Amino acid sequence: MPDAPHPAAGNGAADGSANGNGAATGGGAAEAGITAGRHGQHAGAGSASGTEGRRAGPDAERPVAATTLDDATSRLTEAGAGQALTELLSGFIVELRTAGLPVSLTENLDAMQAIQHIPVGDRSAFKYALGATLVKNAAHWRVFETVFEVYFSLRGREYALTDEQAAAMADLDELLSEMQSDQQGEQQGAGGVGDSMTPEELAEMLMKALAQGNEAMLKALARQAVRRYAGMEPGRPVGGTYYLYRTLRNLDLDGVMDKLMQQAREQAPEPLTPFEERLERDEYESRVDQLRKEIEAEIRRRLVADRGVEAMARTLRKPLPEDVDFMHASREEMASLRKAIYPLTRKLAVRLARKRRHGRKGPLDFRSTVRHSLSTGGVPIEPRFRYPRPSKPEIFVVADISGSVAAFARFTLHLVYAISNQFSKVRAFVFIDGIDEVTRLFEGTEDIGEAVHRVNTEADVIWVDGHSDYGHAFEVFWQRYGKDVGPKTTVLLLGDARNNYHATQSWVVKEMQHRARHVYWLNPEPRSYWDTGDSIIGEYATHCDGVFECRNLRQLERFVDHLV
Amino acid sequence: MTDTAHPDTAHSDTHRFESVPAVRESLAKVDYLADEGIAGIVYLADRLGKPVLVEGPAGTGKTQLAKSVAEISGARLIRLQCYEGLDESKALYEWNYKKQLLRIQAERNDGATWADVEDDIFSDEFLLTRPLLEAIRAEEPVVLLIDEVDRVEVETEALLLEILSDYQVSIPELGTVTARQVPLVFLTSNNTRELSEALKRRCLFLHVDYPDLEREREIVMAKVPGITQNLADQVSRIVRSIRQLELKKAPSVSETLDWARTLLLLGVEQVDAATAVGTANILLKYQSDITKATKELEQDASLGGEAAAGAGKPWQRNA
Repeated sequence: MPDAPHPAAGNGAADGSANGNGAATGGGAAEAGITAGRHGQHAGAGSASGTEGRRAGPDAERPVAATTLDDATSRLTEAGAGQALTELLSGFIVELRTAGLPVSLTENLDAMQAIQHIPVGDRSAFKYALGATLVKNAAHWRVFETVFEVYFSLRGREYALTDEQAAAMADLDELLSEMQSDQQGEQQGAGGVGDSMTPEELAEMLMKALAQGNEAMLKALARQAVRRYAGMEPGRPVGGTYYLYRTLRNLDLDGVMDKLMQQAREQAPEPLTPFEERLERDEYESRVDQLRKEIEAEIRRRLVADRGVEAMARTLRKPLPEDVDFMHASREEMASLRKAIYPLTRKLAVRLARKRRHGRKGPLDFRSTVRHSLSTGGVPIEPRFRYPRPSKPEIFVVADISGSVAAFARFTLHLVYAISNQFSKVRAFVFIDGIDEVTRLFEGTEDIGEAVHRVNTEADVIWVDGHSDYGHAFEVFWQRYGKDVGPKTTVLLLGDARNNYHATQSWVVKEMQHRARHVYWLNPEPRSYWDTGDSIIGEYATHCDGVFECRNLRQLERFVDHLV
Repeated sequence: MTDTAHPDTAHSDTHRFESVPAVRESLAKVDYLADEGIAGIVYLADRLGKPVLVEGPAGTGKTQLAKSVAEISGARLIRLQCYEGLDESKALYEWNYKKQLLRIQAERNDGATWADVEDDIFSDEFLLTRPLLEAIRAEEPVVLLIDEVDRVEVETEALLLEILSDYQVSIPELGTVTARQVPLVFLTSNNTRELSEALKRRCLFLHVDYPDLEREREIVMAKVPGITQNLADQVSRIVRSIRQLELKKAPSVSETLDWARTLLLLGVEQVDAATAVGTANILLKYQSDITKATKELEQDASLGGEAAAGAGKPWQRNA
């Protein structure tokens, strides 16, 4: 790499970022001021549930925790941060654990230690210090961030709610007059801004802030918009989404977006090419997105101030990606699930490929034999052998893609696709009441979206009426492909076993079990629903090597672990 | 564990870095543009004497971070490349059995006693140090890079645990070798599999993602000498747009840099759709991705017929 040192460029960039940073921390120092003061009541609540959390932990560790925490506290007090921070922090950690993050005692102590090395005023450094010590999985970062914002959102001048009006106004006034001097009095004279602004003026300011990408301005406007449009009243039992909706409806961001694009088109000396237009749009979209985040944060801050940290943390709690139910996953959650599947299939591949090591011998390992002969003075008493090459497992995936398991089926197809990337011999079958092999559809393409689409449109899976008929599907499977099932084959059956009261034909599964290496069944229904109504999972289960409830990634992972 | 004193306490006065901004500045001097999180965690790793587990998509500068930190702290970089099948004898240490064998043969003629030979062949002289032991035994400051730790099997991970938590290696025949100085340890992972809890617990966790627009532009400016501000800006904007598509493999920072260099060599000053599509194979490595990106970038081309005719227009920045 041409890493020729380019001091000018490098330093220039560094200076720029250092300055930007300085400005940010200027505000941050005041804002973070992680002092006890006005948070007495929340910290109190934190310690109450802190006890609860410790009760949940292993008994033996409790005294250690107590002493060390005290220790940490005393040191923190010296550092000027105060007892309240420690208590707030332990409440914070309890909340993380309740949200499902596996925070161990060691990590808790690491966090305590880490924040001592961080300048007290630096809010973002504080956040990263906690993140690095407490969160060890990138997928958990979002949950961490939400809890962090709730617990540490009310610190300092910028967010102080008592004199918030004044402070916010001052900020906004400053910014507005700044902008006006920039624009050479295109608007009315200074003064009379802030609350007295008409909605039209606010919208205009917003346009300008977005067009210029002025972050401070966006922040001030988000605050102003929430105060004006959200209609928040203390004690009103409404969720944050309601306020968000009200605010966004009034701002009409889609309309703003169109206007921005229009403006960009007009300002360009020549008409924009589609390519340029797309880049412009992406730029504005990211700014609008930032505004939306600012608004969300502002609403959250106000809700926390109104209802208290504990209550807000509870309402905002989101499931971790691995706890999201396949059947009810949103689009966004589905996307993150898809990313999470790949490491899991790799693990599955390793597990399935592993042979029992003892008892099997391969060819003589000369190097190892000589190496070990040293203990007997160079006489090779104990010959060493190479381990046999791991065998290549064959996998047959037989998946129900009927309507009752539609969401699961979509996930299943992604899983099948991921698996077929890991193994050389994967055959995929889908069925409703008829069955069809779809291996070729996965092989032909590199785009999973297209493969899933083709499975849904091209596979011949309807025999009579398009209601699941496991019995018929299995029977046909056995007639057509039964001879291919051999001692190397692992069969994965995916479905809810809701058979619409058709014949079970469970002898097929029994035959499969005889001939295949393993037969496993993954069921996307909660265990309590099994064998109710037309579910006949119990009848198939007697012939499987294992039946697993598989509603989220955590359970899927447990299944993979079980395969050892 | 008999030695309760953490190595950290003995060396508490020899910190490498003054403050978070200092880390950031010195990294910038060697052309590694760290964001706040990266600099903060490097600083903490030094202060707490803990290893850093760096995770993120390929080509986001995880390995480069370790190299750059070694450079700014004037330390020697010791690298252990992980792969499937890595074992103790390649990661920690191995007895040089050929030499041992020779020694035994030689001793046999001299009629040396049993004890002499035993003491002899299990001494330092016959020990082959591998990267991990080498990092522990080094006299001078070192940065230990354990690259792509997710490639080793779960069982092999256990090899690392003693080093990561106590900075020591136990050799049954010799005893425990404790670190003379606390090495700064970086482990990188592409997250192809979940690492064990035990390993993660011992590390500070740093997730390095694709940089945001400003940072990527700065990286391009720093790493591609001679590029104009305007071109760097366009490059990073286009890459951001491409990353938003759902691709098999999104363009990494190193691919962005390759692309920027290519454009510079081709003498391109304004990137239009045709140029972008023509050089997309540098950014994207799968044919399906290239097809998808091409389709996206040329979208609506039919609507802007007259616009497409005048390709290579000055590209308007809004700021």
